[in-house]
Amino acid sequence: MSGPIALHWAPQAASPPPPPPVVPSWSPVELIESIGVPHGFAEYVVWPAVQLALILFVVLTAVAYLTYLERKVAAFIQARLGPMRVGPVGLLQPLADGLKLLSKEDLVPAGADRFVYLAAPVLAVTAALGLLVLVPFGAAWGTVTDINIGLLFLLAVASIGVLGIVLAGWASNSKYALLGAMRSSAQLVSYEVALGLALVGPLLFARTLSMQEIVESQRFTGLWWVAVQPLAFVVYFIGSLAETNRAPFDLPESESELVAGFHVEYSGFRWSLFFMAEYANIIITSAIAATVFLGGWSMPGLETAVSWIAGTDATTPLYSTAFTLLSIGVFAGKVLVLVYVVMWVRWTLPRYRYDQLMDLGWRWLIPVSLANILISAFAFLVAMRPDQGGLLGLVEVTKNGLWMGWAGTAYFLLVNLATFAMAAWLLAKLNKTAWSTDLHALRRVEALRRAGRLATAEEARAE
Amino acid sequence: MASDTPSAAAHVFEQTEMLLNMGPQHPSTHGVLRVLLKLDGETVVDLDCDIGYLHRGVEKICEHDTYPMITPYFDRLDYVAAVNGDLVYVEAVERLMGVELPRRAEYLRVILAELQRIASHLLWLATHALDIGAATIFLYAFREREEILKIFENFTGARLTAHAFRIGGLQWDANPEFVRDVLAFLDILPGRIDEYETILSENRIWLARTVGIGVLTAADAIDTGLTGPVLRGSGVAYDVRRAAPYSVYPEFDFEIPTGDTGDTYDRYLVRMQELRQSVRIVRQAIEGLPEGSVMAARVPRVIKPPAGEVFHTNESPKGEIGVYLVSDGTNTPYRLRVRPPCFVNLQALKQLAVGHLVADVVALIGTIDIVLGEVDR
Repeated sequence: MSGPIALHWAPQAASPPPPPPVVPSWSPVELIESIGVPHGFAEYVVWPAVQLALILFVVLTAVAYLTYLERKVAAFIQARLGPMRVGPVGLLQPLADGLKLLSKEDLVPAGADRFVYLAAPVLAVTAALGLLVLVPFGAAWGTVTDINIGLLFLLAVASIGVLGIVLAGWASNSKYALLGAMRSSAQLVSYEVALGLALVGPLLFARTLSMQEIVESQRFTGLWWVAVQPLAFVVYFIGSLAETNRAPFDLPESESELVAGFHVEYSGFRWSLFFMAEYANIIITSAIAATVFLGGWSMPGLETAVSWIAGTDATTPLYSTAFTLLSIGVFAGKVLVLVYVVMWVRWTLPRYRYDQLMDLGWRWLIPVSLANILISAFAFLVAMRPDQGGLLGLVEVTKNGLWMGWAGTAYFLLVNLATFAMAAWLLAKLNKTAWSTDLHALRRVEALRRAGRLATAEEARAE
Repeated sequence: MASDTPSAAAHVFEQTEMLLNMGPQHPSTHGVLRVLLKLDGETVVDLDCDIGYLHRGVEKICEHDTYPMITPYFDRLDYVAAVNGDLVYVEAVERLMGVELPRRAEYLRVILAELQRIASHLLWLATHALDIGAATIFLYAFREREEILKIFENFTGARLTAHAFRIGGLQWDANPEFVRDVLAFLDILPGRIDEYETILSENRIWLARTVGIGVLTAADAIDTGLTGPVLRGSGVAYDVRRAAPYSVYPEFDFEIPTGDTGDTYDRYLVRMQELRQSVRIVRQAIEGLPEGSVMAARVPRVIKPPAGEVFHTNESPKGEIGVYLVSDGTNTPYRLRVRPPCFVNLQALKQLAVGHLVADVVALIGTIDIVLGEVDR
């Protein structure tokens, strides 16, 4: 047999791969059919409509309450109380805010491109809400649809959202809005790259783009991909902060210099559409992070918890319902934790400057995610079974996902350490000056930058 | 597209510079300052400050008011450091009249003035950090400033425009409660300053936003006439409390912190150090607080300083504040002129900001620490 020599001392996968984990088969479609609705109509029209209505209701409420949560988290960090007056502990505050915004005048500035100006917030919020169909909120019937290019589709549609921002900035006929839009487009273009590259790492392990199957693959292997791809997770998280315009990357709307940036001219409900889009985007990027890195709706012990409630027969409606609802709960918990971290970061850190943001994106995140892909792919190839083209045989590719025993897990954890070391070395080489905490060096760099910017401005004027 | 319409549109696209009008309604110009920026992309090519939106003609009004009536106007010049404004004015009048103050009054004045310096620096820290995007430090600093304002309220009856002093001393004596409150505050403040420094001093983003931004050499700073922390940040150890001592400052032991390169980070460090030095001064003053009266004997009911003129300066939190006072022997001054540190320091904005980015301009307005009430008068 040609190919790499099999090393017989190498620990093989400890046991043959287990059967795929149970997925309940019952779905409420059967319930709808039982009242006489034809099969296709029930499965492709009635049930998705019910799901969409539910998701829109839940997510829009969640978005409203994220603003409340943000204010409460901010208050908690800043040693104050936050909203307290409207309803018990201020719980009705989002409602009051929404009513206030609805009753406000919808202003269109003089000289604005009226149609684009009015359409931009709708575009932003549509792009954000449209993504919800693909988010795997839960197992079985907890998801609206699951297409085989799910993650790719999510990333593609998410970048339409920036169009809303750019158009809003351009159509407002305001210099502040224009600057905000300009920053936003530059920021999103550069961070999209890092974001996409960071997701390639876990995809090596998941071997699918379908969101539901990414979750299943982690369930099958019994490992969340954050354990084998921590670096990619960090890069993804930073990138997603920039992608959703959150501090410390909230440059497009930085209130201290650009007042409010791209939405400075908006008022009333159109303004709140931008706000909704921002928070919906936070939910979606956190949901992607939870799905790809943190095991989505799966959780060790989930099946056991379900069997306490509904027995072990996976075909009963009770089992299916319990499983789905619990998995939705797990998923919501993971997303909430991530959202909390996002808010925590916002209320702790100062804001980057525009050029520093570009630096961070192009000179730190993109190189490190490229290095991560390279090292991970190499390590993966080495670890595969010889007959599948690998060397060590620590990982076995089955049709249900990856199977690696304790040896494979240990191997990848070691590789992680090596990846971190190599990435640190690479970044230190790439960013010699910025890496140092030597204030004199930083001062020199900043002086050079200033001189450079002045020279560029002079040149432009000379032309 | 452009070839079809060789009109105004083509001209617009050839332009590389954009005028951006920042203020007077802008969250980061610290009041009603209007800054006209000429931008190339986001780089500041040229800059012009437009002031006067808060002009009230204070100096002219003072010519029509009696001497005691003028004191509240000084509260409203630098309204975040009202006590320091009061101090320089009453001291100028007292110098003109030749009034000698009881030591207890001097000590209380120093305590109040240094507390006000702390309050002013805390407000500077809060807004400067907010400009750079660190929103949380804003509320932390306000929490401590609130304690000072409470002390002022208990002592003078007013939080912001304290009107703390009378010509010839103080209206009220300090009660034991005042001493207790001040001591309690001095106990918590140093730890809180450590907290601020934990959040900011070694934060990489904070360093990136302040180190090397708006470098001002000592020579430039002196040439522009800058004073206060902005000058000391460039390494010049000039402090009126040391250079031309007034009140009882020579009796206290304190240092004058200076920076070395004169960038925004140095000015930040200088002010953080000054907070600690002010704590030192207040502690010494309150521990050595002498007994006695707080009002000088033989201050006439109607104040008519002898004809003459005086120029008196103090170290306000923003820099050297001066009062030039001409008396013609009546109960109103013939001429009163204020040397406002904020107005002078603001003139440095252009040389600081050109070549930096828009985001740096707000950081630089913050680092100069201006109050428009004083700039416009």
